[in-house]
Amino acid sequence: MMNAKRSAVFFAWMLLLPAALYIAFIVIYPLIDTVNLSFTNASLRKTYSYVGWANYDKIFNETFAAVIVRTFIWTFFSVLLKMIIGTCGAMLLNAAVPGRSLFRLLTMPPWIVPMAIGIFMWGWMYNGQFGMISGLLQNFGITDGPIAFLAYGNTAFWATIITDVWIGVPLVTLYMLAAIQAVPQDLYEAAWTDGAGRFYRFRRITFPLLIPAMITMSMISLIATFNSFDIIWILTQGGPSGSTTTMIIDTYKTGIGSYKYGAGAARAVLICLFLSLFCFFYFKAINRLSTEAV
Amino acid sequence: MSKQTAMINRYKWYEVISIYAAIAVFLFFVLAPFVEGFLVSLKPLSRLFSSPYRFWPEHGSFDAYFTMWDSVPNFGLYVFNSIFISTVVTVVVLILVVPAAYAFARFEFSGRGPLLAAFLAVNMFSGAVLLIPLFRLMRSLGILNTYAAMIVPGAAFLIPTAIWLLRTYMMRIPKELEEAAYVDGATRLYTLRRIILPLAMPGITVVAITTFIGAYAQQFIYALTFNSKTEFMPLPIGLFAYFGRQEVIWNELMAASFVGIAPALIVIFFLQRYLVSGLTAGAVK
Repeated sequence: MMNAKRSAVFFAWMLLLPAALYIAFIVIYPLIDTVNLSFTNASLRKTYSYVGWANYDKIFNETFAAVIVRTFIWTFFSVLLKMIIGTCGAMLLNAAVPGRSLFRLLTMPPWIVPMAIGIFMWGWMYNGQFGMISGLLQNFGITDGPIAFLAYGNTAFWATIITDVWIGVPLVTLYMLAAIQAVPQDLYEAAWTDGAGRFYRFRRITFPLLIPAMITMSMISLIATFNSFDIIWILTQGGPSGSTTTMIIDTYKTGIGSYKYGAGAARAVLICLFLSLFCFFYFKAINRLSTEAV
Repeated sequence: MSKQTAMINRYKWYEVISIYAAIAVFLFFVLAPFVEGFLVSLKPLSRLFSSPYRFWPEHGSFDAYFTMWDSVPNFGLYVFNSIFISTVVTVVVLILVVPAAYAFARFEFSGRGPLLAAFLAVNMFSGAVLLIPLFRLMRSLGILNTYAAMIVPGAAFLIPTAIWLLRTYMMRIPKELEEAAYVDGATRLYTLRRIILPLAMPGITVVAITTFIGAYAQQFIYALTFNSKTEFMPLPIGLFAYFGRQEVIWNELMAASFVGIAPALIVIFFLQRYLVSGLTAGAVK
């Protein structure tokens, strides 16, 4: 009997081994290498030497503090807008009106098509001379002249956020829709029998029951948004004059663009620390919710 | 749906109108880039760069869909590369994930919980964060500027979600089936191959589809960083090169984009039910 159990454990480990080795080689080892490199002056040259905390000393200056603050503002507004638009979208798609399965289908394209191609289309839309947004604003007489959204720091910042929101909204919508549909129908029926109105039912039944799903989804969005690279790189490459340079863009420019692997790795380590912090708070929130439920 | 539910959901006429209006605004936001991209692909280049802005194309035609094959000579190759890379990524992920998900779903061993958590924690780090060591790793493996440089890291970051999805599915297969097989003297490997795999096929299909879509949608950063050879470029990178040029042939590039995303759109149309169930699974529980 004991033998059978041991062989079962052995079998399970054999099944896990390939995937575990793959992840160890492609994710864990690079993670350790990042920390290691962050203490070196590694570059394109074959050899490198350890420089202690020099890379970290150098990045803690005003420019980098601005990058961190910018990253947090960018991430915060992107996640907030994704959650608001996505949850509203989910409630609309949950409404019992004819055609809703078609509407659900039409929500998916931004998330399914290659991200980069969706971003190319946004690039054209933001074009000041010929793009749709500037064009429609002028046609409706809201602005006098053309606006080149990606040419000015302030508008480029918001333009990249809007595109990030656009890519994130389908997943949030479908996820929140699944959460809404999981709310037991008899709760609504009981409340309806007692004469509760639609808004009251939403506030007292739907909304409280959606909070765990909202926290989970905000967390998933937060991590994805914090890591967002493609959108900014394709639309602005971090410009104009650094106004859309987030931590991940800064890391890429330093490490890959200028071949300063050591300095880039130090930036990557900081990103990882922030991500771990987010996860820590996420699990705390989930724990508190589950103990409250009991 | 019970009669009572039907009554709860009855809307007044003005409520129906406002719901449709709100859905229209929502869908406009979601679909505007595609509408604009499509209209641009119909506009002749001379009309495209004319002010004032016109939403509808004048003298619209599908010419760009034919001329783009000359302007983007490697277009067919780019699409092939995209599909090829996604297919190999999907196969690699499935080979690694099917046994691992079965181990997590069925066997009890010390360290199972932490190991599963460790797999899921991989989701936290995108490839973008680990790009510098990955670049060095690819260089020392000697696979920079090959398909492998885009496939190997691409697969790694799709494994955690795939394990999670398939594990959830396999946990629903009744244990009694395996126990009966063991009683009949079947080995564990035989049981996995002949009993679990056929029963898990629908779940494996969902994982394969979501992995393929994920691999197809995310082809950018590895291809941008680890490959500089035109013959291996996937579609997004192939087209990206044209956007940096002095004279961007927007109508033809939009036409090329639409032909390039057609496979994904066809997939959505036929497999939407699998997609939704696959990607929102575990959402609520």
